[in-house]
Amino acid sequence: MTISNLKQSRSDSVKPKINWSRLEEADNFAKTVKLFRQGKYDADSFRRFRLQHGAYGTRMTGDYAMVRIKIPAGEIYPNQLEKISQLSEQFSIGSAHFSTRENIQLHWVVLEDVSEIFRGLTEVGLTSREACGNTIRNVMCSPLSGVCPDEKFDSTPYALATARFFLRNPMVQNLPRKFKFNFTCCEKHGMVRMVDVGLIPQIREVDGTSQRGFKVFLGGGLGNKSFVGYQLEEFTPEEDLVYTSMAVLRIFDRLGDRKNMARNRMRYLVNDMGWEKFQNLVLKERAIVRATQSVITKLEVDHTPNEIKRPIRISDESGESAPEGYARWLKTNTVKQKQSGYSSIFITLEAGDITANQLNALADLIRDFSAEGKGRFGFVQNVALRYVYDDDLPRLYSKLLEVGLAKSGALTMTAPIGCSGTTSCNLALTNSHRLSKEIQRKLLELKFDEDDDLCDSSIKISGCPNSCGQHGIATIGFFGGGGRLGKDMYANYQMSLGGRSDGDTMLGQTCLRVPAKRVIPVILKIIELFKQNKKSNDTLQSWIHRVVNNNEDSEIKSISDIKKVLEPLVVPPTKEADPDFYLDYGNDTSYHTKTGKGECAA
Amino acid sequence: MCCLTESGKVTTDVDSLRSDIRDKSVRVIDARREEDYKQDHISTAVNLPLANLLSDDSPERILKLFNSIGIDNETSVVVYDDTFGALASRVAWTLEYIGHSDVSLLETTYSNWKSLGLENDSNVPEIQSKDHSMNLQPNILATSDYLESAKERDDVILIDNRERLNFLEQHIPGAISLPYRTLASQDKILRPKEDMKRLFENRGVTGNSEIITYCGSVGTLSGLAYYALKSVGLSNTKLYVRSFKEWKNLQKPTAKQEDATYWDLSAE
Repeated sequence: MTISNLKQSRSDSVKPKINWSRLEEADNFAKTVKLFRQGKYDADSFRRFRLQHGAYGTRMTGDYAMVRIKIPAGEIYPNQLEKISQLSEQFSIGSAHFSTRENIQLHWVVLEDVSEIFRGLTEVGLTSREACGNTIRNVMCSPLSGVCPDEKFDSTPYALATARFFLRNPMVQNLPRKFKFNFTCCEKHGMVRMVDVGLIPQIREVDGTSQRGFKVFLGGGLGNKSFVGYQLEEFTPEEDLVYTSMAVLRIFDRLGDRKNMARNRMRYLVNDMGWEKFQNLVLKERAIVRATQSVITKLEVDHTPNEIKRPIRISDESGESAPEGYARWLKTNTVKQKQSGYSSIFITLEAGDITANQLNALADLIRDFSAEGKGRFGFVQNVALRYVYDDDLPRLYSKLLEVGLAKSGALTMTAPIGCSGTTSCNLALTNSHRLSKEIQRKLLELKFDEDDDLCDSSIKISGCPNSCGQHGIATIGFFGGGGRLGKDMYANYQMSLGGRSDGDTMLGQTCLRVPAKRVIPVILKIIELFKQNKKSNDTLQSWIHRVVNNNEDSEIKSISDIKKVLEPLVVPPTKEADPDFYLDYGNDTSYHTKTGKGECAA
Repeated sequence: MCCLTESGKVTTDVDSLRSDIRDKSVRVIDARREEDYKQDHISTAVNLPLANLLSDDSPERILKLFNSIGIDNETSVVVYDDTFGALASRVAWTLEYIGHSDVSLLETTYSNWKSLGLENDSNVPEIQSKDHSMNLQPNILATSDYLESAKERDDVILIDNRERLNFLEQHIPGAISLPYRTLASQDKILRPKEDMKRLFENRGVTGNSEIITYCGSVGTLSGLAYYALKSVGLSNTKLYVRSFKEWKNLQKPTAKQEDATYWDLSAE
C-alpha cells in the first residue's frame, strides 16, 4: 500500500492565465448521465453530448469512459499537473496518457464519475469540452514556439486566442466532422501540412514597417486516407487570421459531407472539389465574413510577455559531477533556445504513459527549473521544460533520473509514437501502444539514440488504419491489422516508408506487411541496409527519401528492393513451431480481431 | 466530543481533539507501527499497531487488548494513523464490532498534524487497564457466506475499494469500483459531507440499500469506505473484513473486465 502525501500546492507557482472551464458543465453532465441511465435520454443524443464534453467511449464497454483533457497550445502549469495526478488516482488507473495532440487522457473512468473529474478540472481552469466530437479539437502549438531559433515570432498567443475564440462558440458546435488547428514555430518543428488548418508565423515588410502574419495551409490531414495541405496565399496578415478561420469553417459547415462518416473530414471536401476551387471559395467567403461582421471581430491576443524568473536554488550542488548518462541525455533530449544561456529539455514517455507520481514530480521540476514556470506538451506524446538555465542542466538530469523521466533519445528515432491501440480503443486491431514501448526499449538498448544518422528519422505506429499514431508521416510507419496462417490469426502491421511532415511533407509509401513479432527485426534490418548503402552525408531519412522517390543509385533503388530483402523475415511460422508469434504484444491469449463502434465521427 | 451512533459524526477535527486532550477526556489511539510511534506521536496517544490487532482478532482477544489500553464502555476514543485513515478505520471498526460506540477518526493524518506544529512527543503514557463489556455487533460484519447470498439481492450494493486496475483485473462479481483514493480530499482523510454525498449519489449508492465494502486483504481501505459511507448517513453498511484475499482463497467466483489490456503500466 503506497500513498503519496496529501500535498499542498506551493505558493510560488506560476498560475494559469486563462480559465477554460465552466463548473455548470460538471453538474449538467452528472444530470444527463442520470437521465440517460433512466432511459430518458436516447443513446445517440447521449453519445453526442458525452463527446462534446470530452468523454470518449472505452473498448467494449459502456460503463467506462476516457476523459480527454485539452491543453490549449500545450501550455501546462504545475498546479494543473498535480490536479490531474490526483484525479488519475481517484477516478482512473493511477496514470495518464499523453496524446499526439497536446491532450492528456484519463482512461477507465466510470461514466458516473466523469462529472467529478470535470469538477476537479475547474479548480485549475482546465476543460475537456470539445476535446472529442464534431467540433474544433484542441488547438495545438509547437512546444518550441517562443524559443525556436528559426521562428519569425512566437505564435503561442495566437494559438491561445484562436482556442478561446472557438471554444463553446455556437458556429462550431455541430460541424460535419472534427476540425483541427496546428500552430507552429518554423517549417521544421510543426505539422502544418497534415491538419485542417496549419499556420507558420511570417513577417512581411510593407513600406519599411514589418507586419506579422502567417502562412496558412488548408485541407491536410492524416487518416484512413491522408492528404497534404495546400498553402492558401503567400501571406495572411494577422488581422485576417480570425476571418480566414471563420471563412474556412463556414464553408466546411455548409458543404462538408454529413452523411458519409468515412469521408467527411475537410480534406475530402478539398480533394473532391479541387484545390483551386476551394481556395477561391475561401477567399470569397473571407471577404463576406469581413464585410458582414456587425462589430469588429478580433482575436484577443495577449501579448503580455511571460515573466522569466530564475527559480530559487534550494542548495548549491555545483561541485558535483554529472551522473552517468548525462552527455547522452544532453545530446538527445535538449535544444538550445534563441535566448542565450537557456535550453529546452524534452521528456519522452513510453507511448505517452505517465504515472500519478511522475505527474507530481513533473510539477515540482517545472517550479524548480523552468524560468517561465510552466511546461509545454509536444507533438509526440512528450513534454518539454523550457527556459532551463544551461548551468542547471546536470542537476535537472539527476532529478529526472530519480523519478524515471530521464530516458534518452527524446528527440530521436528511438522515441516512437504509439496510439492507445487495443489497450482502450474500440477501433484498434493491434496493441500498438505496447509495441511502441518494446521498440523504444530495444533501440535504446542498442544506443541508437546516439547515432547521428538516425536522429531525424521517426517511427510511428497506429493500431488500425485511422492514423491516430500518425504512421503516414513517419520515416518508418506501421498500422495494425490481422494476418492469418490457415485458421490461426496474428497481429500484423502494414509498413510504410519515407513519410515526413516538414517542408518536404509527403506520405509514406506502402512497403509490406510485417507481423507484430517481426517488427523489431525488420526495423533493425532496414537500418542495416541503410548503413551498407548510405553516402557519407546521409541520414536514414535522406536515404529513404531518395529510395522512395527512385533517386537512389546503390543496390537498393526502390521500395520493392527493400521489400525483397525483408520478405524472408516476415514469413509466418506455424503455431506449433512458434506459439509466441500468434500472441500480440501485451496479450497472453490468442490473437483475434475484435472491434467495436468508433466514435471519432459520432 | 462526538460518537458515531448517536450523532453520526465520524471524524474529529483537530481543534476538538486538542481540547479533549487538554481535558483528559479522550483516549487517543495511534495505529502506526511501533517504531514510528516511538519516534513521536500525538501527546497522550497510546500505540496499537494494526498488525498487532490483526495477529489474532478473535473478539475475546480484542476485548483484552482494548481493556489493556484503558478503554471501557464510556471511554471516548479517537484513532489516527499516517496512512490516510485506513489503518485507523480498521481499528475503529473493530472497537465498534465489540460494541463500543464512542469512537471516531482524526480528520487528518499524523504527518499533517505534525506539519501543523501541533502537540506531539515521545512519551509513553501510563495506562490503567479497564473493563469493557462484550456486545458484538454482527450487523456491521459481512462474512464470505453472508456476502455470497447477500450479493444476489437487489437491495445490496457491493463496493470494491481497491485501485481501479486491481478491480479491472479481478473482482467479486457484481461489485462496483470505488477506489479508496476517491474518498479523501486535499488535506482530510474524508471529503466534505456535501462532496461525499454527491459522489455516492452519482454512483447510485443511496440509503435504500444495504452496502457491503471490501478491499484487498484485511479491510483497511474498505474500513475507510465504511466510515465514508457513515459520514453521509449511510449506516446500513457492513465490512467484509476478510476481503478479496479470503474470497480468492475460498475459490469463490470472480469476474474481470473482458477485452481490455491496459494494465501493463502498473507492473512497471
